[in-house]
Amino acid sequence: MAEDWRNAGFALYVHWPFCQAKCPYCDFNSHVTRQIDQSRWAAAYLCEIGRVAAETPGRVLNSIFFGGGTPSLMQPDTVATVIEAARAHWPFANDIEISLEANPSSVEAGRFAGYRDAGVNRISMGIQALNDADLRRLGRLHTVAEARAAFDIARSCFDRVSFDLIYARQEQSLQDWQNELGQALTMAIDHLSLYQLSIEDGTAFGDRYKAGGLRGLPTDDLSADMYQLTQDICADHGLPAYEVSNHARPGAESRHNLIYWRYGDYAGIGPGAHGRLTLGGQRFATESYRMPGAWLEAVNSGSGENLRNAISRQDQAEEYLMMGLRLRSGLDIDRYHELSRQELNPARRHSLIELGMINDSGSHITVSDRGMIVLNSVIAELLSV
Amino acid sequence: MTELAHIRNFSIVAHIDHGKSTLADRLIQSTGTVQDREMKEQMLDAMDIERERGITIKANTVRIDYTADDGQAYVLNLIDTPGHVDFAYEVSRSMRAVEGSLLVVDSSQGVEAQTLANVYQAIDADHEIVPVLNKIDLPAADCDRVAEQIEDVIGIDASGAIRVSAKTGVGIHETLEAIVKYLPAPTGTREAPLKAMLVDSWYDAYLGVIVLVRIMDGVLKKNDRIRMMQNGSVHQVDRIGVFRPAMAEIDELGPGEIGFLTASIKQVRDTRVGDTITHEKKGCEQPLPGFKPSQPVVFCGLFPADASEFEDLRQAIERLALNDASFSYEMETSAALGFGFRCGFLGLLHLEVIRDRIEREYGIDLITTAPSVVYHIHMRDGQMTELHNPADMPDLTHVSHVEEPRIKATILVPDDYLGDVLKLCQDRRGIQMDLTYVGGRAMVVYDLPLNEVVFDFYDRLKSVTKGYASFDYQLTEYRQDHLVKMSVLVNDEPVDALSMMVHRDRAEARGRVMVEKLKDLIPRHMFKIPIQAAIGGKVVARETLSAMRKDVTAKCYGGDVSRKKKLLEKQKKGKKKMRQFGRVEIPQEAFISALKMDD
Ligand SMILES: Nc1nc2c(ncn2[C@@H]2O[C@H](COP(=O)(O)OP(=O)(O)OP(=O)(O)O)[C@@H](O)[C@H]2O)c(=O)[nH]1
Ligand SMILES: C[S@@+](CC[C@H](N)C(=O)[O-])C[C@H]1O[C@@H](n2cnc3c(N)ncnc32)[C@H](O)[C@@H]1O
Ligand code: SF4
Ligand SMILES: [Mg+2]
Repeated sequence: MAEDWRNAGFALYVHWPFCQAKCPYCDFNSHVTRQIDQSRWAAAYLCEIGRVAAETPGRVLNSIFFGGGTPSLMQPDTVATVIEAARAHWPFANDIEISLEANPSSVEAGRFAGYRDAGVNRISMGIQALNDADLRRLGRLHTVAEARAAFDIARSCFDRVSFDLIYARQEQSLQDWQNELGQALTMAIDHLSLYQLSIEDGTAFGDRYKAGGLRGLPTDDLSADMYQLTQDICADHGLPAYEVSNHARPGAESRHNLIYWRYGDYAGIGPGAHGRLTLGGQRFATESYRMPGAWLEAVNSGSGENLRNAISRQDQAEEYLMMGLRLRSGLDIDRYHELSRQELNPARRHSLIELGMINDSGSHITVSDRGMIVLNSVIAELLSV
Repeated sequence: MTELAHIRNFSIVAHIDHGKSTLADRLIQSTGTVQDREMKEQMLDAMDIERERGITIKANTVRIDYTADDGQAYVLNLIDTPGHVDFAYEVSRSMRAVEGSLLVVDSSQGVEAQTLANVYQAIDADHEIVPVLNKIDLPAADCDRVAEQIEDVIGIDASGAIRVSAKTGVGIHETLEAIVKYLPAPTGTREAPLKAMLVDSWYDAYLGVIVLVRIMDGVLKKNDRIRMMQNGSVHQVDRIGVFRPAMAEIDELGPGEIGFLTASIKQVRDTRVGDTITHEKKGCEQPLPGFKPSQPVVFCGLFPADASEFEDLRQAIERLALNDASFSYEMETSAALGFGFRCGFLGLLHLEVIRDRIEREYGIDLITTAPSVVYHIHMRDGQMTELHNPADMPDLTHVSHVEEPRIKATILVPDDYLGDVLKLCQDRRGIQMDLTYVGGRAMVVYDLPLNEVVFDFYDRLKSVTKGYASFDYQLTEYRQDHLVKMSVLVNDEPVDALSMMVHRDRAEARGRVMVEKLKDLIPRHMFKIPIQAAIGGKVVARETLSAMRKDVTAKCYGGDVSRKKKLLEKQKKGKKKMRQFGRVEIPQEAFISALKMDD
């Protein structure tokens, strides 16, 4: 029996933990610093790649993803060094996807050609909103005009450019969003990520929300309507959702994200990066030191990893289900049973089908439109919580 | 052992918050019973719930040594009592163990409903009463007016009322002198056979059962073999002592003294409050009259959230009942909730306190069902049954008529709020019996059905009068009325734990409030849920809880699956606080909250 991860593939995630400024809604592992010694960072990434590659020799690499933080603050040289190191250790798949998250300011746009030359073949750009007032509220440093200009430059350098928008913002009406989404679709090439704003603990928005501030957030009913509208409009434009918040022309899905959602293996390097690795027949969850300084030091003394836990079969099955159901293509039931060795609660499955939340084709469980927007409850129900 | 002439036993009684416990602090402190650095506010209120809520729940006893101005050394035993109506039984019981009372009245508030209730109990117990006007440090204090009120309303001489600030310590010395001077010494005979009143008992994790006794006659010593007169059980005393307020062992207790004993008592039921304790051999003939048993007026079911904790719950309830004679229990089973207990309480606060204590002191998560009063169901065949649980209401075709308990409620309220109070009582099916003015305030007496009062009358009264009204009640009689059982259906399934008895004329209104409340209390599910109130087959109120619209994590955190698992764990925790009825999860707090009327 082939190891489970082979159903999805193998990827490398590289975390760059720095940003120009901290956005008030964001709880990603990102930090603002004045001085960054890029050569030191490049060297640290090299060490980490060497360490992980030694454990996974000969694996075909399907994807590399530079995420952040703001990876478009990396020097193209730094990016090139990392890609070269990966190439030296793992055979690249013919169609390897190498993505980099970029912020849409002019400075960064100047580096796009350099990234292309380094081997990057896909850009994911955080545009977030298409009106200046909302960009300011979101604490973004760029304007719509700058974002559009950066986007155009990216398009001239890359075939594959996607961008992110955050919707369900303060004071945003259904009509506002419909208009904005219309504009976004005129820009979009073949991929779009559309996230509903979530208020996270420990962020500036989180604090304001708890203190009773942050007025005008949509009710659950409005968010649900916005979500449904988004599904319909995008599908009409040939960009159906393939995951909760991700839309693509069929075939243009982000391969990297698919590896997560199909529960493949991925090595995660850089501060706070998570990984899932099957080693010697056992799948492990890995995590790296979160603070940039601590991570660098740890790498210097041999490894940036601060946690490695074996995942039980039952937990793997749960993880696969939680990730897999996010996809329109759904969950492969045989694969689930192979992992869990227990049948997925038939009574609960049945009642969810009756409610129209899921469909069961016999080989796959897929979540319906209605089910997708209450996915957390669907998952809890299936896992008999 | 102390000479009788040098003993004074008294309770401190008052309306809620008039400063009994604070006065006790000062008496303890000024006599050096406790070192200054060990003092804390309301130090006798030792339970967590007492400290959190700032009220006394259990009566507490302290022994104080005091050398009076006459040069003589006295032993004072004080019992601090609770002020809230729900704990009135603690007060009446405590009074049987002492000869006098300090009647504390807040000089900025004046005589309130429980001032009256307590003073009548003290008079009943033949107490000498010393009035104390407290809080004279407050700008609003008006001692002359309050003294006048005491004379007018209660009819006792208040010319000698002591003016005190339990906060600053003014008047404490005078209070101690008054205790010695005006309160009688106890009587009793050292040579007579032992006759001791079992005043209270409770379970201590280290010492087992602790018994509080008042010696009437004879002497109690360590190693004595004693007999409980009610059930004849015999025990050997292994410890004797007094509270200062920490436990301090002594060799013996003589007539007139109050103290504790331990005797490796295993059976909780061997120590009934009000029982008489004597020696195994040469015991006394005639037991003391005992305490009037209290009548629980509110009943509800307590079930362990985790069914496997039923035995733990039984033990917890037995131990708490030992400590609280006004609390009763019997086993109950419910289709939805499994095994539990139907428990009786003196009021809703009492219920909340017991529930909290079980949860905290014994670590058991509870589900509490809708509280109910006791109805008398008269059957067509002439039989009468007591209905403690609305779910047990017999088939109507066999029922001739239903009677409900009525109370006489006494409310004191400033004139400005009188209108609101009358409206509240009227809305609750009250019949006005009397309206008089005492010392600038209205005193209204109402005949009310208990079931309209039990849940939230007191809260409502406080809120419509901004806290200026005080309230006390007594059960009067059972009276026939048009009472029906209202059931609640959630997603078309009846939830027995939510059924209740209502007056037919009020059924629509109550049903409406109930289903609206439930609609807010039950979280949205993936499907829409009809919530109905029905009488027999007739739906009297209906709401629909719409289906959940959104519950999804929009954003993908790279490969951080652990984050999703944490969310799942959180969901699991939330569900533990829920109870499943058919396909619907109902949060535990819904069972009580749904009954409160916001009017
Ligand atoms: N200003 C002032 N406040 C006082 C005085 N005596 C008590 N208080 C305050 O009044 C409140 C109630 O005091 P307690 O001693 O707890 O009253 P209690 O009568 O024991 O209350 P229950 O046991 O709940 O009936 C507390 O906040 C005290 O600090 C006083 O002489 N002056
Ligand atoms: C790692 S982040 C940022 C990439 C890049 N630094 C940027 O800001 O453009 C990836 C995406 O997550 C989305 N995101 C971050 N925080 C969010 C939140 N609180 N609610 C919804 N979406 C969020 C944003 O759309 C963002 O582009
Ligand atoms: S949203 Fe992007 S730019 Fe803003 S703080 Fe987060 S990672 Fe940095
Ligand atoms: Mg008190």
